[in-house]
Amino acid sequence: MIITQLPALQVVIPLIAAPLCLLLYRPLATWLLTVVTSATAMLISGLILAQVLDQGVIDYTFGGWAAPFGIAYRIDLVNAYVLMIVSTISTIVSVFARVSVASEIEAHNQGIFYTAWLLCLTGLLGIAITGDAFNLFVFLEISSLSSYVLIAMGNDRRSLTAAFQYLIMGTIGATFILIGIGLLYALTGTLNMLDLAERIPEVANTRTARAGFAFLTVGIGLKIALFPLHLWLPNAYAYAPSAVSAFLAATATKVAVYVLLRFIFSVFGKDFALDTMPLALGLAILGSSAVIFASAIAIFQDNIKRMLAYSSVAQIGYLILGVSLVSPAGLTATILHLFNHALMKGALFLALGCIAWRIGSSRLGDFKGLGYRMPWTMGVFLIGSLSLVGIPMTAGFISKWYLVLAALERGWWPVLVVILAGSLLAVIYVWRVIESAYLGGKDNEAQVGEAPLSMLIPAWILALANLYFGVSTDLSVGVATEAATTLFGAG
Amino acid sequence: MTIAGLYNYWIVILLMMTGFYVVIASGNLVKKIIGLNLFQASVFILYISLGKIADGHAPILQAGISNYSNPLPHVLILTAIVVGVATTSLGLALVVRIREAYDTVEEDEIHDQDESM
Amino acid sequence: MNDNPVLRIVAKIIIPMILLFALYVQFHGDYGPGGGFQAGVIFAAGFILYGLVFGTEALRSAVPPHILRIFIALGLVLYAGVGVTTLLMEADFLAYNALSQDPVAGQHLGIFLVELGVGITVGAVMITVFLGFAGRNDP
Repeated sequence: MIITQLPALQVVIPLIAAPLCLLLYRPLATWLLTVVTSATAMLISGLILAQVLDQGVIDYTFGGWAAPFGIAYRIDLVNAYVLMIVSTISTIVSVFARVSVASEIEAHNQGIFYTAWLLCLTGLLGIAITGDAFNLFVFLEISSLSSYVLIAMGNDRRSLTAAFQYLIMGTIGATFILIGIGLLYALTGTLNMLDLAERIPEVANTRTARAGFAFLTVGIGLKIALFPLHLWLPNAYAYAPSAVSAFLAATATKVAVYVLLRFIFSVFGKDFALDTMPLALGLAILGSSAVIFASAIAIFQDNIKRMLAYSSVAQIGYLILGVSLVSPAGLTATILHLFNHALMKGALFLALGCIAWRIGSSRLGDFKGLGYRMPWTMGVFLIGSLSLVGIPMTAGFISKWYLVLAALERGWWPVLVVILAGSLLAVIYVWRVIESAYLGGKDNEAQVGEAPLSMLIPAWILALANLYFGVSTDLSVGVATEAATTLFGAG
Repeated sequence: MTIAGLYNYWIVILLMMTGFYVVIASGNLVKKIIGLNLFQASVFILYISLGKIADGHAPILQAGISNYSNPLPHVLILTAIVVGVATTSLGLALVVRIREAYDTVEEDEIHDQDESM
Repeated sequence: MNDNPVLRIVAKIIIPMILLFALYVQFHGDYGPGGGFQAGVIFAAGFILYGLVFGTEALRSAVPPHILRIFIALGLVLYAGVGVTTLLMEADFLAYNALSQDPVAGQHLGIFLVELGVGITVGAVMITVFLGFAGRNDP
């Protein structure tokens, strides 16, 4: 019996845990509840993934109202895959969060912090699981509003302006999505994604459908931080608390990319979205610009957290390039990179969290000799950086390899050049940190001191995952290929 | 389908562009929030006017009436209004905190203070 | 505004009516226009009027913030609790039919409890927002 209710429990358990957190309010209790809830969500998404792999699509209706009248969840492999990424990252990072949050956020605010964390988790899981367009908007706003709160809790006053800027741009994006959904509803009279997909082809050749599609794409583009709509992202990630940067960098934009994939391939269909509308070329140009420009800007950042944030914008460029290739291979690369990028950015931001805990800074100048002072932490940073650059035997190489293969298959040589240039730029900005940490001169006066194990172990889990999924690719590539086929076949 | 017959869309577009312009052009954080509100309100009107059916009555079951307006957009917008209220209060709360930290709510002055650090 | 007798007396007369009207909107929401969102806001409006006329300190002692926080959580728990109850009765989440032998009674009970949860949370949130802004001292 409980198996059939898993889709509801996936969202409901974090949703119930959030008010309980508010009731408990004490830092340790709320932290424990967050970890247990995240782990439960991870377990459920694992079971859902296994069930989807085994039996195919899961349908779930709320309140016994059959689709399209009620809100229905329809979980195929892509949903299950994104759910798995979000819940796993939340579990690992929330374990890390206790010590990090205790040093960055005042005790009386920690209850609120974990409440917002759980609400954000609810929202992200909800976006990834729902099959209803309006429900998606609601979950999007739940996750966005709680992430504004999380970002504003950073201990630098610039976190407030960063959160405000994110709030303005995020709300504009969400409202654009709302307009898009409204136009589609006016046209088809339904909000269920499956129903929308059936009815849109009849009305595809109208101005309303095109306008709706345009609003949706721009709105989602804002949420993804697609170049040049990325302006909110660098400050938001740079000044948020360390744990929040790691959590959001590894999940929030990934979920937004999933939304884009869902609307392009499942709702509108790739023929309309990428052929009738000139989106493929547009995405290719924007993705390439993101890779080149954001990587170039990253080189000149003095704040390492901000550097990684710009690198995130560049990595989003790779994701979008994969979509723009309009082929199963390109889509596989995108879906694979969703997972691999979550691993590498998670590991890097966790390493920065350890460093911020120890030396209270993420400025490049303070990294001098850190390779000797915090060898384990810098080890994580090193592995994450190698993966980011795309050195063989790391997860980052695998996703870039598949992207290159997909580009060659289409004969898009310029894309290949962009990927190579992006990797070279990544070498430069990562090298600045590595050089400073290992070759910047050993300071004999400085004490060797590591971050506590509760921070190091989560960071090392992600670092080792980077290596594991760089060597053993059966699981990640297998699921990604199948998910890409599901999406592509549906269009 | 004359231009006058589509007046609700004209109102929506006018409000939407006014709000959007205020968000982008104004340097005052409170005015940005007001612009955002206007922008959101235009979308609410878009949805609600979609639900109107010619000669339709309020969607409450009554004897002798068979032509009801569509209640679904109203319900959707009720949710969106709640989201809008939450966004506004969160945005204003951030403005209050920003004013406490910077002693100003003008975007360029905040920028100058951050640069000079 | 504590020294203005007209305001004080009118507020004292009108606040109970506002609260009563909120309860009407809440409980009549099953049959006519109304429901938890509207009722919660109207209910909170009564308290906010009290805070405006008698000062935020008086409002704060009438409804302390930590009590409000409990109510915010409680409303949400009530809402989700109804869903979990239906789950435990081996029906889908929020399938009210399972709440009673008679499906109509089940639907009625379900929507009643859910709207009550919404009303409690919305009311408490609105008062909290008011206190959060009004109770803040100018730097």
